[in-house]
Amino acid sequence: MAVDQSLVGREFPPTRPYTVSEEKVREFVRATGGEYDGGPAPATFPIVLAFDAMFGFLDAESIDLFRIVHGDQKFTYERPVVPGDVLSATLTVASLRQIGGNDIIGTTSRITDADGALVCATSATLVHRGADA
Amino acid sequence: MSALEPGAELPAQRYAVRRADLIRYAGASGDFNPIHWSDRVATSVGLPGVIAHGMFTMALAARAVADWADGGEVVELGCKFTNPVVVPDDDEGVEIEVAGTVKSVTDGLATIALQVTCGGQKVLGMPKAVVRA
Repeated sequence: MAVDQSLVGREFPPTRPYTVSEEKVREFVRATGGEYDGGPAPATFPIVLAFDAMFGFLDAESIDLFRIVHGDQKFTYERPVVPGDVLSATLTVASLRQIGGNDIIGTTSRITDADGALVCATSATLVHRGADA
Repeated sequence: MSALEPGAELPAQRYAVRRADLIRYAGASGDFNPIHWSDRVATSVGLPGVIAHGMFTMALAARAVADWADGGEVVELGCKFTNPVVVPDDDEGVEIEVAGTVKSVTDGLATIALQVTCGGQKVLGMPKAVVRA
């Protein structure tokens, strides 16, 4: 099933506030083979927030996660994420096109802190593999 | 003394990726897409088998960047996921190599072009990081 074209430009509701804990950062660092000894979270940690927003979007649009392959990802940081931050992500569908039975979904997410200040802006291209692709 | 001088070739880093690492990353990141743990689902959508999360590979690239930058703040990080990293169900897994070249240093910001390969094949397209030098 092709993704609804009218989605372009639509902003989805912000994700539930997420409190960054030292233990969660440690778990994330360990998952990539490192050891966490305090301080800022790794550069790709904000993906935890971006995924949360993405899953909300896929769920709202009844898009199967297993048909999604990640096309690209870019982060631009205002400041590093640190334990204690309370973050939320707001996803917007930026573009949508079809190539060979696949939907190429461009998204942007703004990750903001408890004061509403931008921490990280991120963009992702999601490739939705059509059933016949 | 910073190693981030224009033209500097940064020492390549190598990381093993096994099935268990993907499970651990799924838990840490919240991305439970079954294409990263089920051969049955991965092959059903046309993939050769279970593939690593693109964000896992990107996290390894970010780990190399953090080492090179000696904790310097990352202000930008991005890549395309051009070739899937297929991770076999065995004890060896695969190896990801992350190499980097400092392209420029301007206004205290170093731009690093990365080369991220698996078995000699590029897996990330145009991976790039900008860090405070």
